[in-house]
Amino acid sequence: MTTLEFKNVTKKYRVRGAGEMLALDKVSFTLTSGQTIALVGQSGSGKSTIAKILTQLERVSSGDVLLDGTPIPTWGRPLRRYRQTVRMVFQDPFASLNPAHTIRHHIERPLRLDKVVPPDQVEEEVFRLLTRVRLSPEQTIDRRPHELSGGQRQRVAIARALASRPKLLIADEPVSMLDVSIRLEVLNLLAELQSEANLGVLYITHDLATARHFSDEIMVLHHGKVVEHGKADEVILTPKHDYTLALRNASPDPEKHFAAPTTPGATS
Amino acid sequence: MRFFLRRTAFYAFTAWAAITINFFLPRMMKGDPVSAYLQKNQGRISPEAIDSLRTLFGLDSTKSLFEQYIDYWQLLFSGDLGRSFSKGLAPVTDVIASAIPWTVGLVGIATVISFVVGTSIGAYIGWRRGSKADGIVPVATFFSTVPYFWMGLIAIAIFSTTLGWFPASHAYDKGTQPSFTLEFAGQVIQHGFLPALTLVIGSLGGWILGMRNMMITVLDEDYVTVAQAKGLKPSRVLVNYAARNASLPQLSSFAMSLGFIVGGTLVMELVFSYPGAGKLLLDATTAKDYPLMQGLFLVITLTVLVANILADVAYAILDPRTRQMEA
Amino acid sequence: MTTDDLLTVSQFSVSYDVTPPVEAVRDVSITVRRGEILGLAGESGCGKTTLAYGIQRLLKPPAVITSGSAVFHDESGDDIDINTMDDAQMRAFRWEKASMVFQGAMNALNPIITIGAQLQDVFSTHRPAMTRRDRKLESGRLLDLVGVGSARLRSYPHELSGGMRQRVMIAMALALKPQLMIMDEPTTALDVLVQREIIEQISDLRAEFGFSVIFITHDLPLLLEISDRIAVMREGRIVEIDTARNLYQNPQNDYTRRLLASFPSLTGERGGFVRRPGPSTLATDAGGMF
Repeated sequence: MTTLEFKNVTKKYRVRGAGEMLALDKVSFTLTSGQTIALVGQSGSGKSTIAKILTQLERVSSGDVLLDGTPIPTWGRPLRRYRQTVRMVFQDPFASLNPAHTIRHHIERPLRLDKVVPPDQVEEEVFRLLTRVRLSPEQTIDRRPHELSGGQRQRVAIARALASRPKLLIADEPVSMLDVSIRLEVLNLLAELQSEANLGVLYITHDLATARHFSDEIMVLHHGKVVEHGKADEVILTPKHDYTLALRNASPDPEKHFAAPTTPGATS
Repeated sequence: MRFFLRRTAFYAFTAWAAITINFFLPRMMKGDPVSAYLQKNQGRISPEAIDSLRTLFGLDSTKSLFEQYIDYWQLLFSGDLGRSFSKGLAPVTDVIASAIPWTVGLVGIATVISFVVGTSIGAYIGWRRGSKADGIVPVATFFSTVPYFWMGLIAIAIFSTTLGWFPASHAYDKGTQPSFTLEFAGQVIQHGFLPALTLVIGSLGGWILGMRNMMITVLDEDYVTVAQAKGLKPSRVLVNYAARNASLPQLSSFAMSLGFIVGGTLVMELVFSYPGAGKLLLDATTAKDYPLMQGLFLVITLTVLVANILADVAYAILDPRTRQMEA
Repeated sequence: MTTDDLLTVSQFSVSYDVTPPVEAVRDVSITVRRGEILGLAGESGCGKTTLAYGIQRLLKPPAVITSGSAVFHDESGDDIDINTMDDAQMRAFRWEKASMVFQGAMNALNPIITIGAQLQDVFSTHRPAMTRRDRKLESGRLLDLVGVGSARLRSYPHELSGGMRQRVMIAMALALKPQLMIMDEPTTALDVLVQREIIEQISDLRAEFGFSVIFITHDLPLLLEISDRIAVMREGRIVEIDTARNLYQNPQNDYTRRLLASFPSLTGERGGFVRRPGPSTLATDAGGMF
């Protein structure tokens, strides 16, 4: 059981000419193995600041981020171990893969660096991982990212993230740049892999509908504050905060739209 | 406003650094060319000249380094850059002043023409990409890859020696005195034409290529499509939407090339025996004329700086985003 | 007004003239009715944007219209065949009869000239008789209309938020009171609250001015809410076209069904989602603790 804990995390940025900006304001939550929390909010809400703190691109201004009770290490072996435990999947699968390297290279690297398997089993493990994300190893292993479709690239990124057998996965808008018809597939794949490895998943998104169906809990961020945090269905179906309600009502919902006796073309 | 203050501070610092380095350089040089020179020419140098030389070269051993530094600034502000060894101890300012107008006039005009013509051609070729106009690119590139001295010599061989259309060297006919007469102006233009032409041809390719490539990038921008969808005349789309955006990166290159006018045209001035600053620098170096070198170095640094300031100002005027980013 | 139809596109095909040639739009026939919002749905590469650009003849090489016609039924009663106009006629047609709103919350406006100037050059091109003062006044009025405010005439695009920029685009598209507005992913880059505001604005303006809209997006749930009719495109063809309600409640085509299933329902069942709720560290009643 692995637990990631945010305790009263505050992040301030200095803005030239405008003093300070609160990117995160006393954010607290706990993510454990097997659990999915969706982090929902508009651009500028602080979602990506949380991802940056977890990948250590940013430091917290105050508060604690604890992995199994200890703060995120900042250097050396403990940092390596942290990075092995907490892995990222990014929004843009093209930008996150190096165009100069083959798929084999991308997945081998974490395997060798983190010594996940003995060197003579690396090849086998790469095959296993690619198969696991439903890519044909024979057809993809020696290709480069640009030779794959967006969905295939994101699968590679997922396989790479899983290579070092992490306990927690931070998925920052993992499907928003993919074609709509494959988004569901990729999310379902993530869900499957999650239940297999008992992963904790932090799903960062602006899409309320996928947040609801993909997660156990939803946390709504607004101007750096958690305005609502609850079970996924409850947050969406019976929002308690005005902002959540506004977000929900602004999101397209054809089911409700056609259930009500409105004329087609009317929007409100 | 903040933007301008920051830039001003930045340039003031750079200027100060350049001048200070200029102060320390001769003090770090091995040997003592000044004393040697003074000994050779004992009695022929006025006491004031000796004083200023001593200050500029740090031979004033009675004074502390800091006092020397203060004196150096005082001399600078009074326009005294010392005396030139190789030019009969004429004030360095005078020597440089006599060369600079030729260089700035000729190379400056050539650079401006090359930039304007090259950028316009580049804009047009980019606009009509895929058409026959693309044929200009390899030709222009060819000319910019030809070594300059070679092109200069060929130009002299054809237009001067063979055809006799233009004189092969100097800024004006030998034996004439510079004056503000039509006749003299005609001479200057005649003498300057070949050097200017070769400079323009040699640098045109860079401008054309740079602008063409930027145009092709900019033409893919949505706002160009919007302008077309608005039904604007092609000329308006080309100028107001495409070329204006595409020319922004060109501007910084232009400012850089303006900065190199004084120091960067040595080859041209050699090939055409043109009495400019580049040739002066070469003369000063061969004659070990340190005061003159020092003065030229200062002038060159300051022109690069001024060119950068101009580029900044132009950018701030043409690209509203620069102003805001810094605010 | 002669017919209820505004635009008739017949057997329209567009190819990208590369090796091997790519047929981006294949034999599309579609009619836009006067005053309706016609949704054009499909995934990236399905040809929906190419079709819209083709109608405005805005395609750049190597894209070429290989066959078909697009006839605009002007409210004056004239039929205008878009393919037979010369360049000058086409320029006069653009924006006057059919304007466009592009996705680029960022890129659709020229970054280095003011919004005012970009609005005004529509008038100086299409209404040469207008005085400078009138152009400015009218541009200001348009910005007021979309809620940006005429004070913003002197602003540059980067000084506005994404939503504001999109409103400016809409104001610009309204300038000449066109009969058709083509909107290509107009809200895709925007946050959902801003998107909702823009959509409502478009809807209000349409009610006020009566123009038709071709609304292009991959966001099918959004289209279902705002469109009168929706055409689903795939691989350059229209696979299904119907009223929004019919398309949602009774889709005929497999691909339409698949596309619909790709969007999870916000308040309804989980559909294709395999995941079932896991452990929660929250107490049952902790939902509203903030």
